[in-house]
Amino acid sequence: MRAIHFDHVSKQFPGAPRPAVNDCSLEVEAGSFVVLVGPSGCGKTTLLKMVNRLYEPTGGTISIDGTEIRQLPVTELRRKIGYVIQQVGLFPHMTVAKNIAVVPQLLGWPREKIAARTDELLALIGLPPEEYRRRYPAQLSGGQQQRVGLARALAADPGVMLMDEPFGAIDAITRTGLQDEMARLQRTLKKTILFVTHDVEEALRLGDLIVVMRDGQIVQSGTPLSVLTQPADAFVHDLLGADDMVRQLGLLRVEETMETVPDGVRRSDGPTIGRDNDLRHALSLLLRTAATTLTVMEGETAVGTLTLDQIHRAVLTGKANEVHH
Amino acid sequence: MHVVTRAYEYASDHRDELVAAIERHLLLVGIALGIGILVCVPLGTITARSRVASATLINGFNALRVIPSLAILFLALPYFGLSLKSAVLALTILALPPILINTDAAFRTIDPAIREAAYGMGMARREVLRRVEFPLAMPVIIAGIRTAAVEVIASATLAAFIGGGGLGRFITLGFATYDNAILLVGAVPVALLALIAEIGMSALQRALQPPTH
Repeated sequence: MRAIHFDHVSKQFPGAPRPAVNDCSLEVEAGSFVVLVGPSGCGKTTLLKMVNRLYEPTGGTISIDGTEIRQLPVTELRRKIGYVIQQVGLFPHMTVAKNIAVVPQLLGWPREKIAARTDELLALIGLPPEEYRRRYPAQLSGGQQQRVGLARALAADPGVMLMDEPFGAIDAITRTGLQDEMARLQRTLKKTILFVTHDVEEALRLGDLIVVMRDGQIVQSGTPLSVLTQPADAFVHDLLGADDMVRQLGLLRVEETMETVPDGVRRSDGPTIGRDNDLRHALSLLLRTAATTLTVMEGETAVGTLTLDQIHRAVLTGKANEVHH
Repeated sequence: MHVVTRAYEYASDHRDELVAAIERHLLLVGIALGIGILVCVPLGTITARSRVASATLINGFNALRVIPSLAILFLALPYFGLSLKSAVLALTILALPPILINTDAAFRTIDPAIREAAYGMGMARREVLRRVEFPLAMPVIIAGIRTAAVEVIASATLAAFIGGGGLGRFITLGFATYDNAILLVGAVPVALLALIAEIGMSALQRALQPPTH
């Protein structure tokens, strides 16, 4: 199961003055990283929790790969969907390995397969299995706990992952590390991820598609660069900080902006930058080194040059493509 | 002769009686605790979900406990007669509140995020109870059973008043004959049993506590 389809989904909680989610339709492509962003109370978490039926919609339908989610028994549905929450919710009476093994056990996997999978996941999230598998959650740092939470959600290799502000309670430095790691994991795992955050920086860093919500409705959805450069209204403009040029630069890639040098010969001895980097790093490097030109490298070969002027033009024209694809 | 020495001699002379009394005492305690656990643990898992239910039931059970056990014994006499049943009734009423209160508190204080994670991963209600809630609640429930056990072990001596037997027999006998030695033959084992229960259950409670650091 991969693609998720929201069809006019609404959720009215009993006694609430207005619906928490109001007539939301959204197409989530298989393998895409979709970030729901918006102020608190905008309905993003409610929308997320209707996918694994922790909340039931009061209107509309949600389908995964064309099958309405209510067709499946709820426990079966949930075992096919990875779920990560801000408070992590690891079971304190179980070791790290036992925590990760929960869903495989529910699915009745044989013991050796579970043990192998647990070790594989611990290695994947950067916690050496020999050292960590027998520890208890209380013996881990906050960042390590959330890594285990992520491994637990990935255990049975679900096609869909729901992540509800997973890094919201983690300190800024660890959070950036986890975001990088999440982006790295997604490049190889290719899950369909629905990710809720109120952190715009995080949304732009991680998402292929940004879905902006307000008052229970979807205000705009699009690629990070498109929502940032063409905000639908003043609300989106302000929420995303669309005037923040440095933020935009973070979404533009060096290789899309540089001037190519065909012969691979370095033109100067000045500072160098990798072609995969973004323009925010490039600008920072230019300012720090007081150089006029950066040499763009691919491994040991010079492939292009980048000047302050080119960066300036890239911002003005908005021609370059996004970093995330 | 010193009273302790005489008590020891009395106990040696009445060895079979003493063993029988200890067995009867443990039977009384066992039945009362058993009923308390069977009633209050399931009840506590339910009351934990409703503030009203838990307030009503806990206050109700506590009110029952205010009636002196001796009064309950005599109140039960017309219905159950001079038998084990009357004693068990009085002791069970003592055992109920601590077990219910602790079970209720144990389930109530489980972190909602842990519950949400459990359901979100696809556990059914039964699995959440068995694999997550019970293991987490167990140390606190055991603490409740510990309190109940100590109380019931001490109070089971009252059974002797209505012919229910147990270690209270030696206490009433010693009292009636002004012989402190006989009284000690009942009192010392009761104190030891209570101490063993306290220490044993505390150890169990610690063993079931998940590591916190």
